[in-house]
Amino acid sequence: MIWYIARRILYLIPTLLVVSVIAFAVIQLPPGDFLASLISKAEETVDQAQVDALRERYGLDEPIYVQYWKWISGIVLRGDFGDSFEWNRPVSDLIWERLGLTMAISLFTLAFVWIVAIPIGIYSAVKKYTIGDYLVTVIGFIGLAAPNFLLALVLMYIAFRYFGQSVGGLFSPEFIEADWSLERVLDLLSHLWLPVVILGTAGTAALIRVMRANLLDELSKLYVDAARARGLSELKLLFKYPVRVALNPLVSAMAWIFPALVSGSAITSIVLNLQTTGPLLYRSLQAQDMYLAGSLILLVSVLTIIGTLVSDILLAWIDPRIQLQ
Amino acid sequence: MQPIHTRLDDNDAQDDEVLLDVKDVKTHFFTDEGVVKAVDGVNLSLKRGQTLCVVGESGCGKSVTARSILRIVPPPGEIVSGAINFRQRDGGTIDLATLNPKGREIRRIRGGEISMIFQEPMSSLSPVHTIGSQIIEAIQLHLPVSKGEARKQAVSMLDLVGIPRPGEQLDAYSFELSGGMRQRAMIAIALACEPQLLIADEPTTALDVTTQANILDLIRDLQQASGMSVLFITHDLGVVAEIADEVVVMYLGRDVESGDVDSIFHDPKHPYTRALLQSIPRYDSRQSRKLYSIKGTVPHPFDRPSGCPFHPRCDDFIAGTCNTIDPARQLISPGHSVRCLLYADANAGEQVPVNSAGTQDMDMSN
Repeated sequence: MIWYIARRILYLIPTLLVVSVIAFAVIQLPPGDFLASLISKAEETVDQAQVDALRERYGLDEPIYVQYWKWISGIVLRGDFGDSFEWNRPVSDLIWERLGLTMAISLFTLAFVWIVAIPIGIYSAVKKYTIGDYLVTVIGFIGLAAPNFLLALVLMYIAFRYFGQSVGGLFSPEFIEADWSLERVLDLLSHLWLPVVILGTAGTAALIRVMRANLLDELSKLYVDAARARGLSELKLLFKYPVRVALNPLVSAMAWIFPALVSGSAITSIVLNLQTTGPLLYRSLQAQDMYLAGSLILLVSVLTIIGTLVSDILLAWIDPRIQLQ
Repeated sequence: MQPIHTRLDDNDAQDDEVLLDVKDVKTHFFTDEGVVKAVDGVNLSLKRGQTLCVVGESGCGKSVTARSILRIVPPPGEIVSGAINFRQRDGGTIDLATLNPKGREIRRIRGGEISMIFQEPMSSLSPVHTIGSQIIEAIQLHLPVSKGEARKQAVSMLDLVGIPRPGEQLDAYSFELSGGMRQRAMIAIALACEPQLLIADEPTTALDVTTQANILDLIRDLQQASGMSVLFITHDLGVVAEIADEVVVMYLGRDVESGDVDSIFHDPKHPYTRALLQSIPRYDSRQSRKLYSIKGTVPHPFDRPSGCPFHPRCDDFIAGTCNTIDPARQLISPGHSVRCLLYADANAGEQVPVNSAGTQDMDMSN
């Protein structure tokens, strides 16, 4: 197991190198650069000498491979992700600032999705083709089909109109700049449910379908009959055998959650005015803020690879049929 | 020889020796397309310590009969009528057909008094649990023993069914074992609580021939040692000849002929039984002879023939009779019954080629 993990981590290095090159290249693809988009927004005309001076200061006059080298060597050698042009601050500060809340929202969302979807999926499979199953299916499809940002707008309206809650953001106005305290945490929790429900709805609906399908496959297997034939009660039987086997594929799906931590739900986060990394990535791409965008994309890639590794290890741990070689 | 034409009365299986008595059980599946009468009036009776083989083509209701006894018929299947009288260890008789299929009572009998092994040992063990955990589970469900004690018993069960290095194999997963070993493990689970009855639903069909023989020997040895009864479902008449005491031949959800193994093999009455026996490939002098097969196929369950359900495929079909009258069970000789209009009272003596060479007669007519 240890060797397996070590080898997988070793493979990470070349993968990330390639990813970083691609990420950097993709950012350079659109015509123009950060300065061009800055100038286009500027109110007064900027003379060419000034532009050249800025271009030199930002290092934008150098060839791409030199820019890339500056960026990647800074990351590898000094842990320095460069500075954001737009924010005029180190990229790492910007990301760290938002990563905590991003993770909090994502993990709460994940917990919400699993806690809601798995029991409903099990119910739906066991009571196949009953009214309850159809009801769950219809609600699930609506949840799947409704765009998140629309759901966000509707729920924000309801929360504001009928519950008088300050919606948008993760804190009430008086807590935004406050230091961490018990009140601030409680305030956070009272705001958190909205983005968690909104972000989790589609995932919940999808997971209900997946769980239902997986479990239906397993319920008709002979080992279920065999366990029933030795006198096991229906409930114990259900959870010990088919549900256990049906959960395995879901664990492998956990790999997708890690990249979504950073890049996912950008639109919803913008609508809800959440201080997460999603809107940050969106803005940096628009502004061609290349070091910030590049670093975020690199982070997404790293998390994707780590997520895959984690789910592989988890799967190997819970499913004896998987051999680590 | 004049057959004894006596209608069977319902009390023919009252003696102490009878462990299981299935009376006119009907198990129907209520699907959207219609009612599938998978089992439509089956009768069988099994004595203590004996082996009853249920034979018939695929789709004739053998497996559903077996599952009906344990009440594990999958929905939308239901037992709609009939009785399944089972003599429990404490001496009392219980009608399994009346029990709640999810209730405590039937669960006590499942695995404790009646166990079942299935056709595919590959899929009848959990893919993510060890063999041992499943045996220990079975033991602890029915016997008041500690986990450690159950584990010890599990090891000795694996040893009993001939799994080498039982202590190690207890912690093996099913995918680490061969097909034969998996079926042995299934047998170990089934017999862990010393049931009175083992239902074996084609336990050797999915195995290769040498393994089949080993598993059959194992079941027979264990039966001799424990005195349990075995209800053995198969379509392999070679297996029947080897292990059966009694035989029930099923066709379209019914017992068409039942009797002891000698009378079924040497004096088959029902045209279907004869046809089945003729279909066995043999080594004999007439090498170029084409292998006999019963004409037609088992009809679609929605398209059940009128009268005797076998009449469209029957070589002895009597027009106007077989397609209108549904034959009742009749006793041909003690312990040997048949459902066929050739033996009905009205037609007795006319067109009944009843002799021990019936099979040969059929050969000639081909």
